[in-house]
Order: sequence, then C-alpha cells, then structure tokens
Amino acid sequence: MKTTNIMIVGVGGQGSLLASKLLGELLVCEGYDVKVSEVHGMSQRGGSVVTYVRFGEKVYSPIICEGEADFIVSFEKIEAARYSGFLAQDGRIIVNTQRIDPMPVITGAAQYPENALDELSSKAVKIEKIDALALAQEAGSVKAVNIVLMGKLAKYFDIPEEKWLDAIRKTVKPGFVDVNIKAFKLGYEG
Amino acid sequence: MKKLMIGNEAVARGLYEAGCEVVSSYPGTPSTEITEYAARYEEMFCEWAPNEKVAAEVAFGASLRGKRSACAMKHVGLNVAADPLFTLSYTGVTGGMVICVADDPSMHSSQNEQDSRHYAVAAKLPMLEPSNSAECLEFSRQAFELSEEFDTPVLLRMCTRIAHSQSLVETGERKQIEPKEYVKNPQKYIMVPAFAKKKHPVVEKRMDDLTLFAENCGFNRVEMGDTSIGIITSGTCYQYVKEVFGDSVSVLKLGLLNPLPVKLIKDFAEKVDRVVVIEELDDVIETHCKKIGVEVEGKSLFLKIGELSQQIIADAFGVAHNHATECEQEIPMRPPVMCAGCPHRGMFYVLSKNKITVLGDIGCYTLGSQMPLNALDSTLCMGASVSGIHGFNKAGGQECEQKTVCVIGDSTFIHSGITGLVNIAYNASNSTVIILDNSITGMTGHQQNPTTGYNIKGDPASKIDLETLCRAIGIKRVRVVDPYNLEECERVVKEELATKEPSVIISRRPCVLLRNVKLKPSMSVNRDKCKSCKRCMGIGCPAISMKDNKAQIDATLCVGCEVCQQLCPFDAIERGVED
Repeated sequence: MKTTNIMIVGVGGQGSLLASKLLGELLVCEGYDVKVSEVHGMSQRGGSVVTYVRFGEKVYSPIICEGEADFIVSFEKIEAARYSGFLAQDGRIIVNTQRIDPMPVITGAAQYPENALDELSSKAVKIEKIDALALAQEAGSVKAVNIVLMGKLAKYFDIPEEKWLDAIRKTVKPGFVDVNIKAFKLGYEG
Repeated sequence: MKKLMIGNEAVARGLYEAGCEVVSSYPGTPSTEITEYAARYEEMFCEWAPNEKVAAEVAFGASLRGKRSACAMKHVGLNVAADPLFTLSYTGVTGGMVICVADDPSMHSSQNEQDSRHYAVAAKLPMLEPSNSAECLEFSRQAFELSEEFDTPVLLRMCTRIAHSQSLVETGERKQIEPKEYVKNPQKYIMVPAFAKKKHPVVEKRMDDLTLFAENCGFNRVEMGDTSIGIITSGTCYQYVKEVFGDSVSVLKLGLLNPLPVKLIKDFAEKVDRVVVIEELDDVIETHCKKIGVEVEGKSLFLKIGELSQQIIADAFGVAHNHATECEQEIPMRPPVMCAGCPHRGMFYVLSKNKITVLGDIGCYTLGSQMPLNALDSTLCMGASVSGIHGFNKAGGQECEQKTVCVIGDSTFIHSGITGLVNIAYNASNSTVIILDNSITGMTGHQQNPTTGYNIKGDPASKIDLETLCRAIGIKRVRVVDPYNLEECERVVKEELATKEPSVIISRRPCVLLRNVKLKPSMSVNRDKCKSCKRCMGIGCPAISMKDNKAQIDATLCVGCEVCQQLCPFDAIERGVED
C-alpha cells in the first residue's frame, strides 16, 4: 500500500503536538507502520510549526516533502497557504478559518493575505474550511481546536469512530476527555 | 507490544535497559528529552547539571566508581564538555559510559550547524549513529557493551530528525549489572604526563582494534540491490535513501561512524559501478573513502549546508518528484516571538527605547533581537554576553560603559555566566550585567536549574541566591527590578550605567507559561480613548494588533501584564473585556 502523508501546520502553542500524538496512537492501534516528526524548541514560541505524520505498510523517511502531502491540516488560515506547495496533486487541505496575525502583520511591515485560500480554490485545490475555534468553544474549551480538526479529518479515513474516541481517551488528560470527545464529534459533523 | 517513541525517549529506554545508573545532562534542543524521559525511571539517578562539562564529569565519576553512566547534550554542548572528552579518551572507563550528542542540521533551534563527528575523530572515540527510534534504543543499549569491551566512552550521535521523530520501538527488560569493587588505579586515571604518555599509544591501538571491529560489527550493514549505484550513508539519510530507492539500489548503512571501516567500504565499492556518499553536513565519510583510495561522489552532489530530504536526494539523481500547486501570493513570515506577558519584554523595551548597546546570550530572550524591539547587538554562545561586555568596555572605554549592558538568563548565567562576572569584578570593568531571571530554563521547555529551588523530579532542592552570589564575586551594586514595571526598570538601568563601578541588575519575574504563575484578567482597549498612536505596538506583543485603525487586544492571549498600559499616553488600555 502507498504511504499516507498528513501535515499538521499551525502556530506554536496551538496544540499540534497533541493532534499528532492522537494520530500516532490511533494508527499504531490500526496496525500501521507510523512515523511522526515534531518540532521542538525555538520555533514553538508563536512561530510557524509543522508536524509530519506518515503511515502505511513500511515508512522510511520521517518527513514530508513538496508535492507529497495527502492531507494538510492547518490550524490557521494562512499557514495552509504557506505550505500548499507540499500538497500532493489530489491532496486535500482542511483549514481552521481562524486568523492569527504574524508579527510582521502586527507591526505593519506586511499585509495579511485574506484571500490566499480563494486563490488556491480557484486553482482547483480541494479545501475544506471549518471554524474550529467556534466549535471548540461550543464543546467547552478553546484549546480543543486541535481535536475539532481531527474530527474533520476523520471523515476521510476508513476507521470506526469508536477507535478515534479510544485514541482520544488515551491521549488527553482524564479531566478533558468529555470536552474533547464533544469537540471531535462537532468537527466530524462540521 | 510495539510503541511509538521519539528517538530521545528510545535512547532513555536504551539507557534504562542497559542498566545505566547515573545520567547527568544540561538541556539543549534537540537532546533535552533524553534526560527528561530517563528521569521517569526510578532505577536511574538523573539530574540537570549546571552545564555540559559538569554533566560529562559526573558521568565520568560514576563510571570511575564502576557504574554505567551517561550524559546528553546538544552539539554545541559538546564544545563545553570537550575538555573532559579528550582526556576521557585516555583514561577510558570502568563502568560503561555513553555521551549522547544531538546535532541540529538546518538549525531549527541552534546558533550554528557544527558536525559532531569531528569530535569523535579528534578525540579518537567510537561514535554510533541510529537511524530510527528502534535503533536509538538498540544502539544506546549496545553502546555500553562497546564502551566496556574497548575501555572507552562511546559517543551516540543524534540529529533533530532522529531525536524528535517518533517511530515504533520494541522494549525489553532492564539488565542487572554486577556491581564492581572500586580499585584505585593511578596509572589509568591520573593523567599526568608520565601516565598520559603511556596511555596515548593505548588510544591509538584501540582505534586500530575498533577499525577491525567496524569491518564486521552489527552496526554496519550492506543491503545489496541493483549494482549500478552503491550508496554509503548513515542515520536519517539512510531513511531518505530508502524512501527514494526502496530496495532498488545497493546501500552500505553505517551505524558506527568512527572509526570507519576500510575493507568493508572497499569491498562494497568493488561490487557497484558508481559509489555515492550521502551524509548531512560535512564530508566525513567521503573524505575517509577518498583517503583509503575509494573513488566516490558526495558533496559534488549535496550541500554541506542544512538537512537533506528524500526530495533533495531524488533531485540529485534525477528521479521524478511531484510538485503541486503553490500559492502565488506572498505569505508573510511567521517568526517565533516572545509570548504575551513574557517578562523579558519590559526590560527589552527599556533598553531599546534608550538605544543601549546590548550583548545578548542564548535563551528565549534571544527573541529580543526581533522586530519591533531590535534590542540585541550580539549572540554568540552560552555565557558570551558577560565575558563579551568586559572586552567591549575595555576596548571602548568609558563612553562604551555608559551605553552598554549585557543580558543573560538565570540558567545560562549559572551555565557559564558566573566566570565572566568573576572576570568583570577581578579585572575591573565598569560593566552592567542584567540577569533576566524568569525562574526556569525556558527555551528548551521548562527545565529546573540551580536557581529555581527544584530538581529534575520537581522535588525541593538547594537554591542559589543570585544576589548573594554576585556580591560574593565582588559586585557591590546588585539591584533587583520587576520587568513589568517600566519606570523602575528604566530608572535603575540609567542609574547603574551612570555609576563608576560594575553592577548586576536582576530582572526578576517567572515565565508566564509556568503552571504556578497566576495570570491576571486580560486588558482591553477603550476605542473612544485610543488615538491610534501605535505606541503600544512598539513592544511586539502578539496579543496587540490594529483593527479599523484602533489598537485591539486579543483576550485569549493577553495575560494582563500591564506593560502596554504603561505606554499608552491616553489611558486607553484598561482592564476588562473588550466590548
């Protein structure tokens, strides 16, 4: 089987490590070979962060290169555009419509490209937009944005919902299981 | 059952399974988690040492006493530990000793891109390099056997993509090691010239023996495929090669990077038409091949700069690779920034506002160099700010002394700032040293240090009193300020720059990300009062932006530090929820 490549991109501090941990847990239980590559250190401080998740029968490289990503799950609007070159020809972008201004925009040195996603859509890139922040709030915690997006991603995998929920139970802290399960379901339906 | 682990966790597991008993390290990305995971095993004594030299020497002491020991550090940390390293090669070990060193090609979180393999060559020590988490466990475990068999410390080289990538690992049981009696052995352990002269030939003989070992050891393996191309590679590059070629080319995978085999490489080269060495950073393997008379290609195809990838390798061999739709609009950079409420911000604002020259150091506060604060003039290595300002002021004289400070974090000060301060006091420069004390080692992800009062397990520990320490060194003027109080910071900085003797300003407030820090309710902008002067934008806080030509504060990010409020000339920033 072909290796499936998922890129999780966002802003340092948005919880992408937990999302990749959840995927790793789930995919190992499903019997796949899995590699997850994370970013630690300086770029985590509000910078643009990328996590690679790869699974299949046998996975070698821990990273994903241009044109290889089957899915880009973006926690922020322009981060999806920043990494769009990594998307495979028939790949799909799942994007949280939340806008987080980078420092050059805050200081006025650059403009926030509001319509970057429209440009990609016009080039026939498959884009699923979701207001994950609003759904996370509805679930009970703004921090559950990551799990809302995992719910949206889950629609494209042939893995039963209960397996995803099991992985959530194993990954998140006990006190936050209910909020995150609700967030997952809202993402799945959203 | 197989478990997903980052390479660093797998190394820690390997140390545990090998029966290692003492682990001493200083945190540094991408090596930090080795020691954090190791500390979860009750059977091993683990600690954060003040710096890498101390850590390596602690591991030496434990080995001398007959126990298996380890230390872990990032590539530049090995520079700090280089002094014991070179002579440890002469003494050898009693209990097995492993030194884990993590390189950071592409500098995800580092100040340079040095290749640690040169240390193995220069210090004449064996070096292993795993290529996934399973090998991280296996190699770190076997490193102890190698260490004891050849009477030498063993270097375990990691890189960011191995250290921070998760892959599947099968765990085993912890080995019980027979305790050894301590036997005094001056000829082995006292490296005075008379004994060291006898040891050097032993080291050279050991390298010869290890070269023979390298020819047939399990760390190196040949995977024969099509013989038109033979690739010699190691570590994460091996994974990229397999990703591109699968089993279709022949590969010599090296797990023992020093010493490199001779016959194994020659035999491999003879079986293939074209030999290509694929290695990140420097041409260590390529140079070795050429030295032993094997014709190879290497850096003629690949740069010495940055990480490699399956894409770079595919491109070098002309293998087709997908390229997808790029967004043509310019996407603004998103550099890392100091967090909202970061205690470093207030001090940097004051320094920037007064156009003070600032010699910087290594830590979160290096981010003070970014727009809009632009507060730093230099960043070299751990501790260099304190030593550097002394030289800067000696060279520049009084004019310099009144306009220059250095900034260094609490952990970095303990690591290697103290000796620089001793020099300032002893050799009398009128330097102003600012210790940015945020009560934690921040950038590497919140490790305790000797100033925090807690040890690696979070248990109470002896706590250095920075004020007393600085006074004991000979600094009479030691001031403490709250960086959330801009007026106080500015006044004290000006006073200390004006005085005619050295001084230390401790800018003290814990990191806002610490769990025990109580955050205040967020601030908000009264849009009627805001005159769009953008004064509040000058501190580079990610919570503040302009909306419809008025400042606005993101309540989800703001922690109510009130620094922006002190800047607003129109009292437009208030506590409470934005309407």
